[in-house]
Amino acid sequence: MPNYRIHKTEYIDETKRVSFKYDGKTYFGYEGDTLASALLANGIHLVGRSFKYHRPRGIVSCGAEEPNAICQIGSKKDLTEPNVRATELELYEGLEASSQNCWPNVKFDIGGINNFISPLIPAGFYYKTFMWPKSFWKKVYEPLIRLSAGLGKSPTEPDPDIYDHKYVHYDVLVIGGGVSGIIAAKMAAKNNFKTLLVDDKKILGGSTIYQNNDSIKIDDKLSSEWLKNEIQEIKKLSNLTIKTRTSIAAYHGYNFLLAKENLTDHLPEEKKKNKIRQRLWKIRAKKVVIATGSIERPLVFNNNDRPGILLSNSINKYLDYYGVTCGENIILFTNNDSAYETSISLHKKGIKNIIVDLRKSASSELIKQAESLGIKIYFNHVVTNTFGYRKINSLEIMKLSEDGNTTVGNKIRLSCDCLGMSGGWTPMVHMHTQSGGKLDFRDEDQVFLPKENSEDQISVGSCNGDFDLENIIDKTVNKINKFLDIDNQDYQDTNIICSKENDKRNIWLLPNKIPLGKTKCFIDFQNDSTAKDIKLALTEGFRSIEHVKRYTTTGMATDQGKLSNMHALGIIADTAGVKMGTLGTTTFRPPFTPLTFGTLVGRNVGKFFEVVRKTSMHEWHVENNAEFENVGQWKRPWYYPKNGENMHDAVQRESKAARDSAGILDASTLGKIDIQGTDASEFLNRVYTNAWSKLAIGKCRYGLMLNEDGMVYDDGVTTRISENHYLMTTTTGGAANVLSKLEDYLQTEWPELDVYLTSVTDHYSTASICGPNSKKILNKLFPNLDLSDENFPHMSFKEDKLENINCRIMRISFTGEQSYEINIESKYGHSLWKMCIEAGKEFNLTPYGTETMHLLRAEKGFIIVGQDTDGTMTPSDLQMDWIVSKKKFDFIGKRSLYRSDTVREDRKQLVGLLTDDPKEILEEGAQIVSDVKSKPIDMLGHVTSSYFSPNLNKSIALAVVRSGKTMKGQKLIIPMENKNINVTVSDTIFLDKENKRLNA
Amino acid sequence: MFLINCPFCGERDQSEFSSGGEAHIVRPKQPTELSDDEWAEYLFMRKNIKGIQFERWNHVHGCRKWFNVVRDTSNDKILSVYKMGEKPPVNYK
Ligand SMILES: [Zn+2]
Repeated sequence: MPNYRIHKTEYIDETKRVSFKYDGKTYFGYEGDTLASALLANGIHLVGRSFKYHRPRGIVSCGAEEPNAICQIGSKKDLTEPNVRATELELYEGLEASSQNCWPNVKFDIGGINNFISPLIPAGFYYKTFMWPKSFWKKVYEPLIRLSAGLGKSPTEPDPDIYDHKYVHYDVLVIGGGVSGIIAAKMAAKNNFKTLLVDDKKILGGSTIYQNNDSIKIDDKLSSEWLKNEIQEIKKLSNLTIKTRTSIAAYHGYNFLLAKENLTDHLPEEKKKNKIRQRLWKIRAKKVVIATGSIERPLVFNNNDRPGILLSNSINKYLDYYGVTCGENIILFTNNDSAYETSISLHKKGIKNIIVDLRKSASSELIKQAESLGIKIYFNHVVTNTFGYRKINSLEIMKLSEDGNTTVGNKIRLSCDCLGMSGGWTPMVHMHTQSGGKLDFRDEDQVFLPKENSEDQISVGSCNGDFDLENIIDKTVNKINKFLDIDNQDYQDTNIICSKENDKRNIWLLPNKIPLGKTKCFIDFQNDSTAKDIKLALTEGFRSIEHVKRYTTTGMATDQGKLSNMHALGIIADTAGVKMGTLGTTTFRPPFTPLTFGTLVGRNVGKFFEVVRKTSMHEWHVENNAEFENVGQWKRPWYYPKNGENMHDAVQRESKAARDSAGILDASTLGKIDIQGTDASEFLNRVYTNAWSKLAIGKCRYGLMLNEDGMVYDDGVTTRISENHYLMTTTTGGAANVLSKLEDYLQTEWPELDVYLTSVTDHYSTASICGPNSKKILNKLFPNLDLSDENFPHMSFKEDKLENINCRIMRISFTGEQSYEINIESKYGHSLWKMCIEAGKEFNLTPYGTETMHLLRAEKGFIIVGQDTDGTMTPSDLQMDWIVSKKKFDFIGKRSLYRSDTVREDRKQLVGLLTDDPKEILEEGAQIVSDVKSKPIDMLGHVTSSYFSPNLNKSIALAVVRSGKTMKGQKLIIPMENKNINVTVSDTIFLDKENKRLNA
Repeated sequence: MFLINCPFCGERDQSEFSSGGEAHIVRPKQPTELSDDEWAEYLFMRKNIKGIQFERWNHVHGCRKWFNVVRDTSNDKILSVYKMGEKPPVNYK
């Protein structure tokens, strides 16, 4: 097996050999490796196939910007993870990874055929090709694309890992632990700012930490040695927290940032167990220092995508940090000085290399150094083509014309096994722009730079466009002193020696003798878009960068165009003949690198997904086999199946029992608002549609609450407990909103009213007993209470004690039966319930759930707000004109009740429906029409509630129908998939119109 | 995520608050005397300004108090916070 690990470094522990599997084959690396460095050490460059043309692709970079080395990690159904960048994944014993974008395998795949039919796959090809015929999309195109594009696989079982969230507050957050970040963090922490420094790598130091060029020195030491000292020092600072393996995912307003900390992804399987895998940090920082550095740009030339073609600085890092050489015969193609550092490093390690520099000439310390070492440099030359299928084996270079627009002279063919490219550096301004910062464009080296516009954040180092070490350190120190308003002298006497770049030349799309249409000059490696695609989009009339991006899919892959956006912009600017700075950029959206769902969700899974509210009777319901229904956050018994009953049978039995003898409902979830104050009556007058002033103490009244637009908002019974004390009930789901709304009116419109509102929903538990035998059961529970209709009539309230515990008893009914609601302090709710059940045994007291409650009230035509109403129903639409006071001067929503729209006669109105076949049960939500023959069919309304009534032995339904009030007795049709159901419009009250049962 | 300085509780995370839209829209004292158009003006029409906007917020998961906020909607900066019933600061117009 070839070994490209050619020397020892302090970051690779050669005593700790690590075995891993890649595409099913076992390899070895060392602790400290990333998957990418270990693969390169094994001579593996080819790691995937490109998205559209399925061209062989190799590792390009050493960081988050990697477009090609995208892996699927693990193969377990619950633990596999797609889209992991091999350049960021730390190697661990037992790691199993596979290349993602290839099928059936990386060396031979069917999609490769696309490469030969590529003239047929132009920009916008997905939009153009896969549009017709429509029926092909689902059956042919989509499966084909999914299979051949090899997007990663999601796990198919729940994630067993643990994730965590943490909230923290700091004075200063420093993003990035390179040289500028370290200086900023040290200055902040030493000046009493509580500081957090985060870096996405395992160790601090950025690209300076493996710097080993003699011409770059700080205080007479190699810059890397100097920096190691600084790191030792900051680790001692008590004010400073350092988080490595932690990357900022999003920078929101008010300096609220999300960071992902990787805790176990680098550990072998057995050490991961029972540990938190990733933690999402929710950071509030008073000030933020952005020191995120810059990433190297590729160059855009024909066939610039072969395996073995990497970014020049990545070759340097693989060599000096990981001890791995990317080749034995390397060519570096550059437009700037930084490739010379790579060249000199390679030379030092005895790796043969030459430089192709598109600048006419260049002079700086680094270039002099390279020249003195005898490194061959081709100035004013460009690479025009590369060769080799699975890996580069040679390339052609040509001389550039004076203006750089074309090539001249003869082709020179050079053999190589690796090509490093450097098109300059792009400052990582993502964080700055995410925070709302704007950008400036610097023509000199064609970079977008943060525009300083905020007192809360600042960019320092190369993300601010400062590239040489002297500039970086001096400017960082000055800016941080100003930003934090301090006078730190630590770096006053620091002596920095570094090479200064003097010459620049930038060409976004390098010239070539071959017509562009026949070249493959890749811009976005991951999404396979080329310079040709960009030009085609412009020819086809696209101008906005956002449109060109979407049409060509440039920058839309998982790397979000970290390597490609600048070139796309540059080529657009060149082609359109405009200045690049005027084009703007596409939007940098969070997250900066992909986040796992687990991290975002944290502990809020399973039982903790949402708050669950249970009544104090809950355990009894569970013990008695209740099926539960979610109502808001509440768990409410839905029905109580007995002896294997299905829902229909259980509900029929419960409904019949409630009317024949007695039923009991847990009504604790209804919203309860305690209202007190000398103006409580006046307040109720204003919020309900009916009058409240004359309600006697000890009496109850049903109220309807509207929105200011006149639409029904909530309903419930309110009881006058004493002169200035009421207890309001609301719907279960509406409780919180009603309280907010009432508070709003009290605090903002009617602050003069002396009224206090308190939510007491959770304070009281409620058992509601209804049915002809309810009075007898109540009598057993409260033997001293006079339950006669004279003393305790319908719609009144009494207090009594149950074993010395105070109870509030309301005689109110939502079923049409004689009915009592017993309220007790919640801690006694469970006992109350059990005592009711016990007392009711001889009367077949039957617990019933929400479904039976809905059925019983529908028999009586009582509405459920939210089921029979949808925010567009007025009281009149509900045929409830009787509850709207004509006398009251004003109440919420009154004025809206006579707007031209609300007085229309042809509004949708609540009616009853009876099916011609009494056994036929309508579907809730079904549409209602009068005529199925004329097309288009006129929709008149829809069914809102529908049940089979065991008490009437027929199907009943409530519906909203256009002009429904005038349609009683009229025949209508419910068209279903296989049949039309004939119905007759009826009254909304189906049972006991005379309300005899209330006092039976 | 804003940090909102509740005039009763101090600076808290936005997640504790709910927004109540434009401020200083007074409910008409005599709605019955308004035309449909005038009532609709009160009921439906809101300014939706880019720039300095006066709005209502409720510390719904805190003290439950409503209060007013001056916010620049172009950059989300909260410029001032004041209680219900207080006059809006004159320096923002
Ligand atoms: Zn508050």
